[in-house]
Formats: sequence, C-alpha cells, structure tokens
Amino acid sequence: MDQDAIIQSLITSLPEITVLLAACLLLMLDLVWRRQRVAVIGYLAIVVIAIAALETLLIAGQTAPVYNGMFMLDDFAVFFKLLFCLITALCILFSIGYLQQAQIEHSEYYVLLLFALCGLMILASAVDLIIIYVGLELMALSVYLLTGFKRQSPLSNEAALKYVILSALSSSVLLYGMSLLYGLTGTTNIADIAAVIGPQTAIDPLLIFAIVFLIGGFSFKIAAVPFHMWVPDVYQGAPTSITAFMSVGPKAVGFAVLLRVFLQGLLPVSEIWLGLFTVIAVATMAVGSIVALVQHDIKRMLAYSSIAHVGFALLGVVAGGEAGIASVMLYLLIYSFMNLGIFASIIVMCQGTFGGERIEDYTGLSRSHPVLAMLMLIYLFSLAGIPPTAGFFAKFYIFVALIEQQHIALAVIAVMFSAVAAFIYIRIVMLMYMRPPTGEFAIQLKLPPQLALGITSVAVIVIGLFPSWFLTLAQIAILQ
Amino acid sequence: MVDSAVNTMGFPVLSLIVLLPLAGALLLLCLKDDLQIKRLALLVTTLDLALTLKLLVHFDPHTHLMQFSEKYQWIPALDIHYALGVDGISVLFVFLSAFLGWICVLASWRAIEQHVKGFMCALLVMQTLMLGVFCAMDLFLFFIFWEAMLIPMYLIIGVWGGDNRIYAAFKFFLYTLAGSVLFLVGMIVLYFEGGQSFDIPTLMTQKYPFTVQLWVFIAFFIAFAIKVPMFPFHTWLPDAHVQAPTAGSIVLAGVLLKMGAYGFLRFSLPMLPLATHYFATPVVLVSLVAIIYGGYLALAQDDLKKLVAYSSISHMGFVTVGLFVLNIAGLKGGILQMFSHGIITSALFLLVGLVYERTHTRLISDYGGLMKVMPIYTAGLAFFTLAAMALPGTSAFIGELLVLVGVFGFSKIVAALAVIGALLSAGYLLSMFKRVALGKVTNQALTKSWDLDAREVVALLSLALFVLWVGFYPMPFLNIMHASVEHLLQQTQAQVVLISRQ
Repeated sequence: MDQDAIIQSLITSLPEITVLLAACLLLMLDLVWRRQRVAVIGYLAIVVIAIAALETLLIAGQTAPVYNGMFMLDDFAVFFKLLFCLITALCILFSIGYLQQAQIEHSEYYVLLLFALCGLMILASAVDLIIIYVGLELMALSVYLLTGFKRQSPLSNEAALKYVILSALSSSVLLYGMSLLYGLTGTTNIADIAAVIGPQTAIDPLLIFAIVFLIGGFSFKIAAVPFHMWVPDVYQGAPTSITAFMSVGPKAVGFAVLLRVFLQGLLPVSEIWLGLFTVIAVATMAVGSIVALVQHDIKRMLAYSSIAHVGFALLGVVAGGEAGIASVMLYLLIYSFMNLGIFASIIVMCQGTFGGERIEDYTGLSRSHPVLAMLMLIYLFSLAGIPPTAGFFAKFYIFVALIEQQHIALAVIAVMFSAVAAFIYIRIVMLMYMRPPTGEFAIQLKLPPQLALGITSVAVIVIGLFPSWFLTLAQIAILQ
Repeated sequence: MVDSAVNTMGFPVLSLIVLLPLAGALLLLCLKDDLQIKRLALLVTTLDLALTLKLLVHFDPHTHLMQFSEKYQWIPALDIHYALGVDGISVLFVFLSAFLGWICVLASWRAIEQHVKGFMCALLVMQTLMLGVFCAMDLFLFFIFWEAMLIPMYLIIGVWGGDNRIYAAFKFFLYTLAGSVLFLVGMIVLYFEGGQSFDIPTLMTQKYPFTVQLWVFIAFFIAFAIKVPMFPFHTWLPDAHVQAPTAGSIVLAGVLLKMGAYGFLRFSLPMLPLATHYFATPVVLVSLVAIIYGGYLALAQDDLKKLVAYSSISHMGFVTVGLFVLNIAGLKGGILQMFSHGIITSALFLLVGLVYERTHTRLISDYGGLMKVMPIYTAGLAFFTLAAMALPGTSAFIGELLVLVGVFGFSKIVAALAVIGALLSAGYLLSMFKRVALGKVTNQALTKSWDLDAREVVALLSLALFVLWVGFYPMPFLNIMHASVEHLLQQTQAQVVLISRQ
C-alpha cells in the first residue's frame, strides 16, 4: 500500500476510528475524573455517535474498496452504519435511567456499547471473510460483557456464560466454514470468491459443506431455528437495555453480512443454499410465533417474537434480487424502531418497586397511564403487522419481493404465521386495555427514555403512513 | 389510464368526508368533559352526514365512471396512489356509513359511561376507516383501511363490551385477520399479473389467466366470506355482536358486514369474472344454507342480540345469493338488500340496546308485556320487526323481492328454498315480538323503566324514514346504482362470452 492508499483507507474508516478512539478516551476520562455523574459519559457517547454518523454521511457516495480490498464503504454499508448509530444512540437514551435503577451505573457500560458499535460498523463494511470474523468477535466480546453486567444477578451471569460458550462454538463453526471456502477458492475476498466459483456446472461436495457451516454460524448470530436455543435465556437474563440492543443490533448486522456473503459471494451457487434458507425461514417463523404464545415473561416472549421476525426477514433473503435485498433492509430498519420502542416501554415499566417483567404486570395499564399504554399499543400492532403502522409495510414489502419471484406458497405460509403471531401481541393489548388494574404502577418517566419513546413511536407511525422515502432509501442502498 | 368523471364539486370532497371524523377524533383528545366530548362527536358526525348528503345530490347517476375522483402519488416505487372515488354502488355505502356513524353517537349517549373519550375516539377513527374502504380506488389504500379497522373494533368490543367481551374480541380479531392476510397475498398476485399497478379501475380492465383467477378468487372469497359472514365462516359473528356495545353492534352489522359483500362487488365480480362464473353455483348454495340455517338458529335464541345476529346471517345470505346469480335483478336486489339490512338491523340493535340500558337484561324470557310499560318503544319495535320480516312497504321487501326475481332466473328450486328463509324470519321475529311486548308484565323490574326520550326517538325516526322511503319509492336508490350495476354485469359477462365463443 502506498501513502495515498493508506490515507484513503484511513479516511474511509474514519467513523470506526472515531468511535474506537472516543471509546478509549471515555474509559480514561472516567478514571481521571471520578466525581462526575456516570450519565454524563452516556451523553458524551451519544455525541460521539452523532459525530460518527455525520462522518459516515460526509464520506458516503464512493464504492471503491480500501485496505487492500477488505473494507468497502458503499451505500449498503452506509445504510447499515447509520442504522447502527441510531440503534446505539436510542439504547443509550433509555439506558441512562435504567442503569441507576438496576444499580449497575458504571461508565464501562457506555464504553462497551461504543466498542460493540465499532464492531457493527466494521461488519457493515466488511467484504472479506477475515474482516467479517474480526468484526463479529469485537461485537460479540463487548456484548458478552454487557450481558453479564448485572453482576449481582445469577440470571445475568448465567445468561452471559451461556452466550459466551454457545457463541464461541458458533464462531468456530463459522470459521470452519470460512476456512473450507478459502481452501476451495484460494481467496477470502467475497467478490473474488464469486468470481472463482463462477457458474460452475458440477457442485463440489466440499462447497456444500462450507455453505452448511456458514449457514450454521450465521443462523446462530441472527438466532434462526435450530440455532435459537440461547436466545430466550440470554434475553431474559441480560439487563433489559442490553436485551433491546441485542435484539436489533447484532441481528441486523448478521443480516448485513449474510446478504453480502450469500447474495454476492455465493450467488452463483444459490441452488445449494436457497432450499436450506427456505426451510430455516419457515421453521424460524413457526417456532418463534408458536412458542411465544405460551410465554409469561415479557422478555422471553419478545425473544421468541424476535425469532419469528428473523424468519420473516429471511424470506426476503430467499426472495433475493433487488427487491429481496431492499425488503430485508427495510424490514430491519422498521423492526429496529418498533422493537426498541417496545423495549423502551418495558424499561420505563421496570422502574420503582414494580417488576414489569411478567406479562400480567401490564394489566390495566391504560387506566393510569393512557399515553404509555397508547404507545405500547402502537408498537405492538406494528410488531403484529397491522396497518397503518410501519410493521405492516415491512411485511408487505417482503411479500411483494416473494411473490415477484413466484414464491406464492411461501407467502401464504408466511401470512398464516403472521396471523398466529398477532395473537401474542394483542394479548398484551388486551391486558392493558380490557382488564382492571391489579396493583399500583410506579412509573417515573424521565426525559431520556421519553425521548427514545417519542422518536421510535413517531418513526413507526410516519414510516407506516409515508413509507415511500424509506423504501427509496433501501432501494438505493442495495448491494451493487 | 382509465378515465373517470371530473370532480364536479370543485374541492376534494371525498377526502374531506373520509378525514373529517379522524380530525374530530384528534380534537376530542384535547377535551376533558364527557358531555363536551359527546357534543363534539355528534357535531362531527352530523357534518359528515351533511357532506355525504351533498355528495348524493351532486352525484351523476348517468355514468358508471368513478366520480369526485382524487389521485395523488403515495409510494411511486410501487405505483401506489392515494386515490379516492365513488361510483353508483359505493356512494350508497358512503352515505350508509356516515348515517350509521351519526346514529352510533346518538346510541352511545347514555350506553357508554366509562372512558367516554376513548370510546368516541375509537368510533370516529372507525368511521374514517369505513368511509375510506368504500371510497378507496387503490387496492393498497383499500387494504390499509380494511385492515386498520381491526384496531378500533378490537378495542370497542374488548373495552366497552359485555361480560365475555375479551373472548369475543379475540375471536373477531383473529378470524378477520386470518381472512384478510390471504386477501393480501391475492392482492399482490393481482398486482404482478395486472401490470404492476394497484389502481382498481386499471385492475378491472385486465384479463387474468383462468388459473390465476381461480386462486385469487379463493383467497378473496375467504376474506370476504369471513366478513359477510357466510356459512361456515360465521361463528365469530354471534359472539362479537352479543358482546359488543350497542354502537359496536351497529357498526358491525350495519357497515362491516357490508364490506364483505362490497368486496365481492368491487373485486371478485369485475376482476375475476371467469372464476366468479366457475364458483357461482357453489356460492349460491352456501348462501342458501346461510339463509335457512341462520333462520333456524335465530328461532332457538333466547338472547335478543343473538337473535338479531343470527337473523343477520340469514339476511346476508340473501345478499350473497343475489350477487352470485349474476343477473341485473339479483345484483340490484342484493345491493338494495345490503342498504336496507344496514338500516333495519342497526335499528334492531339500537332497540335492544335501548331496552338493555333500562333493564340490564337481554333475555327474551325476562320480558313480556313491554307494551304496557313503554308504548312508544314498543311501537318502534313493532315497526322494525315488521320491516325485518320484509313486509311490503318496507325496504327489505323491495330488496328481497328483487333478489328472489333474480334467483328465479337462476334456478326455480333455489328460489323456492330461499323463500323458506323469509318464512322463518316471520317465525322468529313475530315470536320474539310476542314474548317481549305482548301479554302480561311478568317481570316486576320492567315496570321501573321509562319510555324513549327525544334523542332516541329522533334516531329511530330517521332510520324509519329510510325504511319507508326505499319501501314505497325505491327508484332514486335504484337509479343511482343502475349505470354502475349494468357496467359491472357487462364486465362480468364479457370475458365469459369471449371464452365460450372460442
């Protein structure tokens, strides 16, 4: 690499560098300046994220790979990076009050979130298997620590341990798949892999092996059946704000990488993986929506609901093509808003002496807190996919992509499961609105979570009513 | 691009009609006093009703084209528009929705005591969505209105309903959702088959292959049959009707059930003519089962609301029979029967609600001799009972007569069997009236009830006005729909003739 190339590479990865350096700085700041309130670090982290997002926007528009072709800043990467900045900023917003409440107010929390964000952003740009692996580990290591952040709680510790062990296992599976792929093609670069594999006539059995391992590894990251077992326990045990983060950030990045690897690198051999993804998508929807019906803990229920949503988004991968990729991206964007919204509501509920973890805790909420109940109603109907909320348009566009590719039977199966899944959400609406309250609510709405609730609810309504701009955004940002 | 008649009003009247209740609902949120909220809701619905009356006056009955059309880009990437328009069929239901919305506010004046603000908001949002369904000229927009209706209706049944309201609300929600998701798939299939457009007039002019028509017809049929509801998809209806508050029952019976039939008229018949002809006989037979089975079940009911609910299934059977015999008399009769059933059943639910407010029982066996306690009420009950029986001089008579004429052209046996339904309705309605109003006052609790007040009388009288108007002079209503129905029939038959010639 000559000097120009190095400078070019540094500029292209400026947002990641900013986040990384700022995270280190904030870590130091806490050591040297002990008297400050931890929340200040949180606000500073938001400022850092805003700067990173701004930088991403400023350097957007180019598609040349840097770092010897390992790192790419195309529109696809920019879309996901901005999404991750938004997700992390919203998470920090509703974490600020929550940490105090849960007595885990340490500045490392925000620093680790920034490291995780850095991993996510690297992954969005990764066009090389090595970078993908490095990014995944950076993200995962930060999230392990955050999962176990409630040090006093055995559940949180158990969740972290489970997550570490299973995630390490899945990483090794993924790495094995990657090494097989490297052995077959002699390259780790995704575009080169596609070129080497080409339109081959005879399928190498080793390639099938490699693909199966890759799918296994990615399925774990996005929590698709049959690699979803860890999700309910980890979601339940982790601090709620981290559950919120895990349910959107790592999941969305899993899809971003999946799209790059399969719909770009392995597109020539799509007949190998298309059937597998179809089966996984249907099984994921089925398990997610049916098992969620019998949950009593709201975080476990949302864990299964997020599994069901992964199944839906996978349908977009199955559909493939421009519409398929755009539909997955739009789905992830909308899903992030509505899922963060519902988690923000849960976090607000958890405050005070009140648990807010059991679904029954929400009984009669509409009587005493009509606004909060109304917001939850919006999120829940959006998750169920009822218009005019954004959740409907997300599903609608997945169906459009599916039917365009003549996958009509798959679309029918999907709508049936979405009707089943609707039950889990309207059950909570029923409890909030149709039953008298059984106890007192002790909800203290502070400004930061209020802001998060405001942003997400407005987004859910606005995207639902005027999806055009966001659809165009996703369509522009698809993989070239 | 299919041409449509120009908007003769000079301003976007349909948008105003559709969005006015929504604006009213938002305004209500700022109010605190229950009485003020009710007054504002009444004002909004009255204005809306006045606007629809103006719409009827300006409506040009000589053309089948969409009138008062509006079209704005909404989602250009998928060629989705915000497009509104009415033809001779939908304009009647726009009026019906606005009219019943007004009645609903009157009916809820005393019936709703808790959370008045929430209820009125839900009711007004509901009205926006109902009007939107009948005005939408874009399939995507139609679906948004159609499906969004689940939210306020779920709350209306579940929050303000009777003792078993939660079960009823779930059943209503899940049943309707299961149907409409299939509609969604069918709709997207049509989108790709019809040249990537959701524009309803454009979709109507496309010719779809037979197999596509068959599958889409089945998907649409399940959605609409659940909404109508047709046998065997009717089981949600008695629960929802019985548990819903009076206004909820009126909205359900008066407008929501019509949407299923409207779906057949707007989509199945003109867009899928080959499949419609293919499935016409089975659908007619299923409707026949609904007419007779619904009537039989109504005979056995002791709950007033259940009785009216099952009679709805029977009467809506007449509608679907009329639509699927595919001739002009049947179609006109079916549409008129939809209009008439919307008025009469709403009146019956209102009457049940009024007496329930006073006695807190709906069981027929708790009543008897009501005539002596509430003479004005009993007069109203007698009138609408006779109207529901389709006595000559009432609107139901004209509707059922035209349907029977149409059915006669289709098959004499079917017509003969359909008459059994009419006989049954005389049976259960008269026996209900006898047990409720005649005889001695056996239940002392009844003696405490008071007769109707001016508000209630006005609501009933305005409903009665339309029953008599259609009953004695139906021509204005038939004229409005004539051009559109003729055109619809032509559309339905053109392709079939073409195929049979080949």
